[in-house]
Amino acid sequence: MFVLRVNSMQDLKELSKKLLEQKQVSAILGYEHGRRGPRPVFVTEVADCERLVFDHRCVHNLAAYLSPRRTLVAQLGRLAVVVKACDARAVAGLIRESQLKREDVVLIGVRCGGVVRDPNGAEQLSADNVAPRCLECDKREPALADHLVGEPKPPPPGSASRDARLSEIEALSPGERLTLWTSLLSRCTRCHACRQVCPMCFCERCIADKTQPTWIETSPHARGNLAWHLTRALHLAGRCVNCGECERACPAHIPLGLLNRKVARVVAERYGYRVTDDPSTPTPIGAYRLDDEQEFIQ
Amino acid sequence: MSAPGADGTVSFEPRIIAFVCNWCTYTGADLAGTSRLPMAPNVRIIRLPCTGRIDTLFILKAFERGADGVIVSGCHPADCHYTSGNYHARRRFAIFRELMEFVGIDPRRVTFSWVSASEGGKWAEVVNGTTERVRQLGPFETYPGRVRSAGE
Repeated sequence: MFVLRVNSMQDLKELSKKLLEQKQVSAILGYEHGRRGPRPVFVTEVADCERLVFDHRCVHNLAAYLSPRRTLVAQLGRLAVVVKACDARAVAGLIRESQLKREDVVLIGVRCGGVVRDPNGAEQLSADNVAPRCLECDKREPALADHLVGEPKPPPPGSASRDARLSEIEALSPGERLTLWTSLLSRCTRCHACRQVCPMCFCERCIADKTQPTWIETSPHARGNLAWHLTRALHLAGRCVNCGECERACPAHIPLGLLNRKVARVVAERYGYRVTDDPSTPTPIGAYRLDDEQEFIQ
Repeated sequence: MSAPGADGTVSFEPRIIAFVCNWCTYTGADLAGTSRLPMAPNVRIIRLPCTGRIDTLFILKAFERGADGVIVSGCHPADCHYTSGNYHARRRFAIFRELMEFVGIDPRRVTFSWVSASEGGKWAEVVNGTTERVRQLGPFETYPGRVRSAGE
């Protein structure tokens, strides 16, 4: 473990320099300042390590770059990646599903007290601008990490969890729920940003791209709205790491996190499963028990 | 939906798609047929190798293309021809059913059942029960983007 200092950014910079100088890795994947707040950066030169930052505006889940489909990233060689607790769950997911080998990546864990919804602006993290999913997270640091930097952080401010919104929707009648979701999903242009940004959406060929037969309407027609969004949420059952990237990337501001949260709760209630950053646990959808509940089957 | 009858009431005959496994339910449905059990004619059967092959997209596609109800049926637990296909399907549909309910698709429109090759009577019950339930619910015209008629 790397020695702790008071200034977390200095820690991060020095550790990165060390990793590059000792040729342990060929690039550091972290965050740098950009015009609209922090943004992802690949650092390959020791001198550029000064650019690395981490704070409450570093919302991106960098594990998305570790998917084997990202062949240009793979060409860089061995990477060190800056990971928050949620990002580490995504890395664990990739390892669990044989998309990544643990020894192929160096994980620089950062202590995190929650991030903002929008990386642009927001000097201070407050109850008004905190990302809702951070209020559902009780991990202030990743367990799956080779190094850990930053000072211990308090839990994020605020208490407006999405569970209240879920209960509100669940209290509606089926007709009202269908009207609500029909309206929310009607904004979908099928740009698939939610899929591209998701660290766990790594299929070589997505079913949404297949046109013979067309299971999911590819044009932004109402016909494919439920098919796409239910399939996306279902394919992430027991795999979604709750990093909130799909919702942040959505240009139509569809509350995709609600669907993911709903599925996560079903998986937790029915199968006692919670997504962790331990790569050795099996996913609930790939496993079964002989005595699984089947009260809904005649 | 049919035109109003002589007494002014609208009679609605639901269109129901059944996804069944080849080894148990399809044979059970065959038994129901050869036994001449009275069954509603509203159900169209699609035969698949196993419930494990039934993707949740099949159900959504059926609704998109004008179905008012769906039946998913296969071998009882421990009877799967492929040992574990129905166990995997059970988990998938358990999660999907709750998600479907969450977005407002009435779960009464989708029947999940285990029907073995010897349960012709149970298949008739599943068919008649589902048809009656969906008839009460009416046509599923609120499904987003549903085709207006079968040929469209």
